[in-house]
Amino acid sequence: MTDSTHSGAFAGESEPPPETPLQEAWRIFRRDRLALSGLIVLAVLVMLAVAGKVLTEWVVVFDPATVRLPDKFLPPFSPISPALIPAAHQPLGGVYLLGTDELGRDVFARMLQGSFVSLSIGFIAVGISVTIGIILGGLSGFYGNVKLGLISVDTLIMRFTDIMLCFPTFFLILTVVALLPPSIYNIMIVIGLTSWMATARFVRAEFLALREQDFVVAAQALGLPESRIIFRHMVPNAIAPVLVSATIGVAGAILTESGLSFLGFGVQPPYATWGNILASGRGFIFDAPWLFFIPGLAIFIVVLAFNLVGEGLREALNPRLRNR
Amino acid sequence: MWVFLLRAILQRLVLLVVISMIAFSIVHLAPGEPSEVDPANPRMKPEDIARIRAAFHLDEPLSVQYVYWLRDLATGELKSFKDSQPVLPKIWRRFLNSLPLFICATLIVWSLSFPTGIQAAIQRGSPFDRTTTFVAYAFISIPGFFLSYLAIQWVVDLFNVPIIGMRTFGMENAQPAFRWMDRLWHLVVPSVMSAIAGIAILSRYVRSQMLEVVRQDYVRTARAKGLPEESVIYRHALRNALLPFVTMFGFLLPGLIGGSVIFEQIFAWPGLGRLGYEAILARDFPVILTINFIAATLTLAGTLVSDILYAVADPRIRLQ
Repeated sequence: MTDSTHSGAFAGESEPPPETPLQEAWRIFRRDRLALSGLIVLAVLVMLAVAGKVLTEWVVVFDPATVRLPDKFLPPFSPISPALIPAAHQPLGGVYLLGTDELGRDVFARMLQGSFVSLSIGFIAVGISVTIGIILGGLSGFYGNVKLGLISVDTLIMRFTDIMLCFPTFFLILTVVALLPPSIYNIMIVIGLTSWMATARFVRAEFLALREQDFVVAAQALGLPESRIIFRHMVPNAIAPVLVSATIGVAGAILTESGLSFLGFGVQPPYATWGNILASGRGFIFDAPWLFFIPGLAIFIVVLAFNLVGEGLREALNPRLRNR
Repeated sequence: MWVFLLRAILQRLVLLVVISMIAFSIVHLAPGEPSEVDPANPRMKPEDIARIRAAFHLDEPLSVQYVYWLRDLATGELKSFKDSQPVLPKIWRRFLNSLPLFICATLIVWSLSFPTGIQAAIQRGSPFDRTTTFVAYAFISIPGFFLSYLAIQWVVDLFNVPIIGMRTFGMENAQPAFRWMDRLWHLVVPSVMSAIAGIAILSRYVRSQMLEVVRQDYVRTARAKGLPEESVIYRHALRNALLPFVTMFGFLLPGLIGGSVIFEQIFAWPGLGRLGYEAILARDFPVILTINFIAATLTLAGTLVSDILYAVADPRIRLQ
């Protein structure tokens, strides 16, 4: 490793200060070209998703819901038929960038709208699962020895985690989503509620190890309140594996949503997600292959980006793998 | 040892009861009942609905329904709401259909991911390692049904064989050799497709295990005393790297139910996952709950088996 050049470039001063842990992690992360390209893809995606939300719902430039029956099944980059489409229904520039679907809706507009929905499903589901995981794992790692009647907190929470691990996850999600009324929020919540177990276990293991460390013992000796010890001193030190599993979890949630859409239990119309565009596009794989390939490849690229970034983070945040 | 076994089994029985209670309440408390599957039917009068509810004990309190379900399951008299067939034989038939698919997929996963993972770990940073790493990520990230549709299209175009379902309709009277070829064609594509994610995950896991072990002191010692590289890798490192995978045998069986829904749906394979899917659509509570119960039992049995296997394989671990 050419340490000196890198840290010099970072500091930009004559006398480079020592690297902060964050800078060190970034330096290792940057080295991994796959992870870096994943990060770029994700940055573009987040911008696209925000733009999609703005342009399809607030300032409607691309209307994903406009039905133009004369223009159905047009391949990408086809111009509109100006004689048949009223001016109010024309897409920007008069060209369907990604073609149209079976109802003549603009696939580009639908993909834009879907990018926000798909991403928010991923982020909110993972947000729920990480919150539950940190709370339960932290409780059982920090207050594990407290007795509640006969059994300790640790036993109680870990048995509950074991119970949740025994459910076949996808089958459980499918059951609950199918029985509940169809709604995008139910899907987020159900995916979140069924995927926190790994996080809880990580956090518990980290907390058990951290509790014995000198800096925590010192903080306790100083008489700091427990909430401060937990949230200021222990959580930041335990967050690395959580961050990694959260990144990979977003990828998993997007895939799960597309699987649910495939089985007909995903986000219901008129909302477009990449999953349900793909699921409805499979009927036209011969006649209009772009309806199938565009969302499929989009999901593939984004999920791949999340997985690569997660793996890059794992390398960058794991102190044991450093300096090799 | 025996004390450990007894305690582990008792613990798991308690867990199983709690799991079945949770599953029971989730399924029954969610809105929607089997009696409401067809609300648009004008012939369904309120008294008919009441009769259906009474026949399925749906008008009783939840706790009583749970006891009924448990009793019927134990005596084997549990009947499906949908067609009044006994549930256990129904599940057993579907299980037998799922089994070849599962065995085939597992064989593919294990026989491909170990060599790949080991090779990638030995040649860390080489083009081979980087290629397999990228391919593994690609395999994890691709939506299974997207790839399956492409595969179906490709296989049918190229080889001109039908592959949807378990066998081709009308082949019952063909020569045994043709029948077997037909079965094989129908089996190969779905098992490869359901194996793909598994290959990616397992080969990554094997690679990281191998990397972990190669850095250990005993491997350095083996090198230092001048053993040939093959002997170091395959006799000293590999054996220790394999330890965690012994336990994975225990977790194989639950996978039979979990991930198969989508693939069985795509390939119209009449297996367990598809039975579960149909049961969910029809609000067939006994079937949903029994499949869930069996999955939980298999998982718990799997963890027990893996604990025992671990203790047998690794002398550093004592059961207590």
